[in-house]
Amino acid sequence: MTIDHHAPPPPSGPVSWDKDFAHRLLADMVRIRRMEEKSAELYGAGQIRGFLHLYIGEEAVAVGALHALAAADNVVATYREHGHALVRGLLMASIMAEMFGKSCGCARGRGGSMHLFDAKTRLFGGNAIVGGGLPLATGLGLAAKMRGEDRITACFFGDGAVAEGAFHESLNLAALWKLPVLFCCENNLFGMGTAIERAESQTDLCVKAASYDMPARRVDGMDIVAVHAAMQQAVQCVRAGQGPAFVEFQTYRFRAHSMFDAELYRQKAEVEEWKARGPIHTFSARLKAEGKLTEEEFLSLDAAACAEVAAAVAYAEAGLWEPVEDLLKDVHTP
Amino acid sequence: MTRRLSYREAMREAMHEALAGDPRVFLMGEDVGRYGGTYAFSKGFLEEFGPERIRDTPLSELGFVGAGIGAALGGMRPIVEVMTVNFSLLALDQIVNSAALFRHMSGGQFSVPLVIRMTTGAGRQLAAQHSHSLEGWYAHIPGIRVLAPATVEDARGMLAPALADPDPVVIFEHAGLFNVEGELADDCKVDISSAKVRREGRDVAIITYGGSLPKALAAAETLAGESIEAEVIDLRVLRPLDTATIAAAVAKCHRVVVVDENWKSGGLAAEVVARIMEHAFFELDAPVARVCSEEVPIPYARHLEEAALPQPEKIVAAVKGLLG
Amino acid sequence: MIEFKLPSLGADMDEGTLLEWKVGVGDTVKKGQVVAVVDTSKAAVDVECWQEGSVGELLAEVGQKMPVGTVMAKLLEPGETAETIVGTPRVLPAGRAGATAAAPPPRRMISPAARKHAQEKGVDLDKVTGSGPHGAVTLEDVEHAAAGLAPPAAVLPAADKAGEMRRAIAAAMARSKREIPHYYVAEDIPLVKALAWLQAGNAKRPMAERLLPAVLLFKAVAVALKRYPELNGYWRDGGFVPAERINLGVAISLRQGGLIAPALLNADAKPLTQLMQELTDLVRRTRAGSLRSSEMSEATITVTNLGDQGSQAVFGVIYPPQVALVGFGRVTERPWAENGELKALPMVTASLSADHRVSDGHRGALFLRELADLLQRPEDLDR
Repeated sequence: MTIDHHAPPPPSGPVSWDKDFAHRLLADMVRIRRMEEKSAELYGAGQIRGFLHLYIGEEAVAVGALHALAAADNVVATYREHGHALVRGLLMASIMAEMFGKSCGCARGRGGSMHLFDAKTRLFGGNAIVGGGLPLATGLGLAAKMRGEDRITACFFGDGAVAEGAFHESLNLAALWKLPVLFCCENNLFGMGTAIERAESQTDLCVKAASYDMPARRVDGMDIVAVHAAMQQAVQCVRAGQGPAFVEFQTYRFRAHSMFDAELYRQKAEVEEWKARGPIHTFSARLKAEGKLTEEEFLSLDAAACAEVAAAVAYAEAGLWEPVEDLLKDVHTP
Repeated sequence: MTRRLSYREAMREAMHEALAGDPRVFLMGEDVGRYGGTYAFSKGFLEEFGPERIRDTPLSELGFVGAGIGAALGGMRPIVEVMTVNFSLLALDQIVNSAALFRHMSGGQFSVPLVIRMTTGAGRQLAAQHSHSLEGWYAHIPGIRVLAPATVEDARGMLAPALADPDPVVIFEHAGLFNVEGELADDCKVDISSAKVRREGRDVAIITYGGSLPKALAAAETLAGESIEAEVIDLRVLRPLDTATIAAAVAKCHRVVVVDENWKSGGLAAEVVARIMEHAFFELDAPVARVCSEEVPIPYARHLEEAALPQPEKIVAAVKGLLG
Repeated sequence: MIEFKLPSLGADMDEGTLLEWKVGVGDTVKKGQVVAVVDTSKAAVDVECWQEGSVGELLAEVGQKMPVGTVMAKLLEPGETAETIVGTPRVLPAGRAGATAAAPPPRRMISPAARKHAQEKGVDLDKVTGSGPHGAVTLEDVEHAAAGLAPPAAVLPAADKAGEMRRAIAAAMARSKREIPHYYVAEDIPLVKALAWLQAGNAKRPMAERLLPAVLLFKAVAVALKRYPELNGYWRDGGFVPAERINLGVAISLRQGGLIAPALLNADAKPLTQLMQELTDLVRRTRAGSLRSSEMSEATITVTNLGDQGSQAVFGVIYPPQVALVGFGRVTERPWAENGELKALPMVTASLSADHRVSDGHRGALFLRELADLLQRPEDLDR
């Protein structure tokens, strides 16, 4: 299969969701977008340091997919996980504080942008070794199965992870043992700066997953309606105990891999083409066309997101640094 | 009351006890089930506990070690058997980047109550790729506890506290010890935090662990014949190191030989020596000596392999070199 | 007024070079707008501005390299005018001064435990001889010195010990020949009176207490030194330090090779019988490896006596930091002319190797004459 970097036509068509649900998901995408724009600004100002991988452009995947999960389910994510954490239910303030490195951050300032964790919402990281989350998700699935729990594990990873041995070992194990794991591949066409066709002999990722004898499906990751539907179907299948499933979300990252990126590896025109398919404005347009959203409503939810961001930044700025005397805390359980 | 059993039997008993006593415990690894364990540690377990809890894995060290970590996060108490330390390199990412880091990186939210067991060491003519002693690498990593049972008592007793530890524990079992027999007290209980004096002495302290312990004790016997009384310290726990016991032995004997099967450069012996410099420098009466593996991949030919490894004669010579 | 600073675009970015301004003075800037292109160490990057306003002044010039945080432009907030803007000074990184350290002087090998114990017990480590590897002073050496006991017996196998000793001798002798300008003088001394006196005395003594000629020679050296203090002492820190006592280091060869020169302490003040006993004891203990540390370290001069097996004369190498060595060859009958008469007499050749920094040949020769005279009056030596 050859990969076409040209964007397909923008998502369109009717949205069958009720207005409340549609507004909730739209609001989540806007919240992610505003939070990340602010993060970029604060990074430039030196208040957020380390690596900062922004999710801008890919919002429909996390929002559409995570809204198909139950609270008891496990989520394993990558280093591009601000959006997943937010949608999963973490307070934006605790995410922002974590990026500031403050002790009121969701990992007490130990993890930063790439390592957001939350036991309450069962978010098992923030894993920054590409592919590293897949074996963990497999094991979380194994535990749930052995304990007879009604709990599936959704594992997010990028197209880059597909080249790792961990991908193949995990899919094999999960399928062999019929584990309740949902492998969610966010294919944004680049593993850092390497285009997928320059990294994979087989660019049809579903073929790879299907070779491990599990259902595998590709969906337009810019279309939140399609994402949600595909995810719901996969969740149902996994929850039914039929073993793991694989969903590939075709998406695109609008900004650099991390903050520091000259983007020599792709054409600006290509980026602009994908931006035209941006998940927020295309979804808004579809809702407006159906009379399920007004401009005032959009501005209002955008204003709410901006206010949430401002409050989160204020919280993070006011947060305390963990005392250096506590440096060695939590290496081991006391 | 005491009874006599082998290291292998002790290990098997310890696992049996753990499996029978806690439904969260399960054993996972290559050929632990139908084959009965590469070293017959789990013979008969499959029939007794079933395939869910005695889980044969494909040859996917990264995958199944990572799955063990995930299962521990999900509420189980896995014992993951990696056939040998040599193959654990394929799983190193999961052990170092996930198991060891999760608790700290998550701000204390996620502990990983996992036990990973593996065979280590040379001495059986298995050549370079099957003869590594890399426990020093693991001992380098904050967030994991590293154990090296060298006696029947520790083989029998270390697993239970390791499983009770809420954080990851890696156990290194030296292949040269499996047939060693010893007396075991019926009420044997051991800790997984301290080093132990295996032989009292006053002239020199030989600090060692694992497969080198019997060699150190043999050397001490030889030295005793020449009126040199060597104290032998078994480190037992390679991380965190029991610095107090090390320092006490230095204060008592003033001369030290550190014996381990790692290579010298950046090895565990180097760490022990550094601790001595930091904590017992003014007790030293001679430079600390090391008997480690020669800086060479372990060769196949018997005489060359023997020459590459620490041997009692080398330990004796090192001790004599310290006594002017 | 808003300062637009060069943002940090990554943890590894310290500075950037402005390639292009995307805006000009007076332009309105929107939030998120790309305002400049900056070359970092990796590549050219579009730089966004996160504030809104109009460009008041562009401070950075195209091609200029600047550290992160440098104010590149000033933006006017609505209502502001260009007059409010003032220049911004630039900060240059400070230089670093280097320093070189002199090499430390070489140190004696003393174990940390020995050093600590010596400090606690007030033991002078300069006076403790080491029994450890490479002659290092060990804790036990200090303990023995503190208690006035013999140093511990060595447990090294003979071959190792011989090797150690050879290395120690090599180091000391090489140092001696490197540092000490030796001069040599010699004198043939008739021993007819001395031997006759000894023989007479020995006839009256039980076998075990009989005196050897060597003891008479040693005593004579010790007595003679009283008048030549410049031969008895140490060269230390660039000067001569005369010794308060006369401790004769007696070179004793070992069966396995090598030699040790333990001291007969206060040799000038002891009767011959006592010296004989001490010498016998010293030889026995030297060969058994149980010398006292004071004996090992406190010799103020060395005497080497070749004895029956030796050659006619010996010109020795001084043992640093001592400044002299007296050598006796084999006692033989030789022709001797006296008052125009030729006789055959038992003779010994005495030699002196001495440190020219401390004494001169003339004084050395006088010392040997004194020695020869003393040996003609053996009865006077037994006091």
